[in-house]
Amino acid sequence: MYQMEREGPAAAALRFVRERVSRRLGARLEDRDPDYIREALPILWLLSTFYFRAEVRDLGNVPADRPALLVGNHSGGNVIVDTFIFSLAFSTYFGVERPFHQLAHNLAIAWPLAGEMLRKSGTMSASPGHAEEALASGAPVLVYPGGDWETHRPSWEGSKIDFAGRKGFIRLALRAGVPIVPVVSIGGQETALFLTRGAGLAKALRLDKLARLKVLPISLALPWGLNVGDFAGHWPLPAKVTIEVLPPIDLEREFGPDPDVDEVYRQVTAQMQEALDGLAAERRFPVIG
Amino acid sequence: MRINESVLIAAPSETAWNYLADPENYLRFMSGITHWEVVGDRANGLGARYRILVRVGAAEVGGLVEMVEWHRPFDIAWHSVTGVDHRGRWRIREDGKGRSRVEFRFAYGVVGGGPAGIVAELAAVLPMRRQMRRTLSLLKRQVEHEQRRLELERRRAARSASRAEI
Repeated sequence: MYQMEREGPAAAALRFVRERVSRRLGARLEDRDPDYIREALPILWLLSTFYFRAEVRDLGNVPADRPALLVGNHSGGNVIVDTFIFSLAFSTYFGVERPFHQLAHNLAIAWPLAGEMLRKSGTMSASPGHAEEALASGAPVLVYPGGDWETHRPSWEGSKIDFAGRKGFIRLALRAGVPIVPVVSIGGQETALFLTRGAGLAKALRLDKLARLKVLPISLALPWGLNVGDFAGHWPLPAKVTIEVLPPIDLEREFGPDPDVDEVYRQVTAQMQEALDGLAAERRFPVIG
Repeated sequence: MRINESVLIAAPSETAWNYLADPENYLRFMSGITHWEVVGDRANGLGARYRILVRVGAAEVGGLVEMVEWHRPFDIAWHSVTGVDHRGRWRIREDGKGRSRVEFRFAYGVVGGGPAGIVAELAAVLPMRRQMRRTLSLLKRQVEHEQRRLELERRRAARSASRAEI
């Protein structure tokens, strides 16, 4: 006879939390809300224009009539100002009517208020399945292969592309049959003084196993002063942010019908590094730009 | 928010109209414009659609617009169909002595933008007004140049006709 196993209070609590989190992470394509994005544009425009003196160049390189995988370098710790600036630029350039999705870390999506805002803005938790679903629907998708590793790099490495050897985005573009559009950004790493990723500390605390976190960054940031983890974010310094969209890379046309993923990775990151070096050369002072 | 700017042009309203009615001219005189493309079969006239983008601050703002008024040679008006909500209008009126006054009206706003929307609308007034003034100054230069070219053409044609009569 089948016997039900009784669940202890700790297991029940864990199951409850797991269910709540997985429901929160279950961002769907239809969670994106164009009216919400339209209403958010003024505040994004004000911040981008007057606080970050932002400049977004060559958005015309994003294919207008087909999906594409937009690949960016990740900056700014957990306060990813360049993502918000790019979303503003994309929405005003193509209109909020054009679907556009971004992938973000599970933790960002799971936050009660911020997670809801991100979902309405078209953000989904980072997984190949979500990205493929969005691309199959015809929407461009913005990914940051460097993830938490890159966004918490020290400020003096702000003009360095560091995807930590993650090549999943190339396999994703090949499976989906879409071009890669590199998006290079500078300035985000000057919104605080990022000192170290704290990778050793994260490993020692088993954060990589418990929360998919490979870093426990330490920075000097407003209003905390010494900021460990950046879990509650920080008030970003008004660093000038410049973003440049590079021409699309059609993988099969440029690398043949069965591209070597390592070769594509080298080529994409080299192109992005070259563009980022160009943007870095334009900057005369930190923060001011 | 609505912004009005106008300019006096040393050319009849017909010349100004002909210049404004041709979509190919817009990239030549619209200041801050980064994109102007005919969408669909109609190049101009009522119902013609264009995709336009203008740089305002950190963003290129625009979208698909449709011509909703086309009253030769007085008024051209458009409304946004997609993208940022806005309306625009050219009012062309004779000003005597072969001159015309061209008024450029531009209205924009974000419904539901809250206090930030109001602040953004106000903050955009200065850059928008600057772009519109520059646009009208370029338009004046282009239309007056066009008028001189037409007069030259007319004089040449008259000279040829008088020679032919002799």
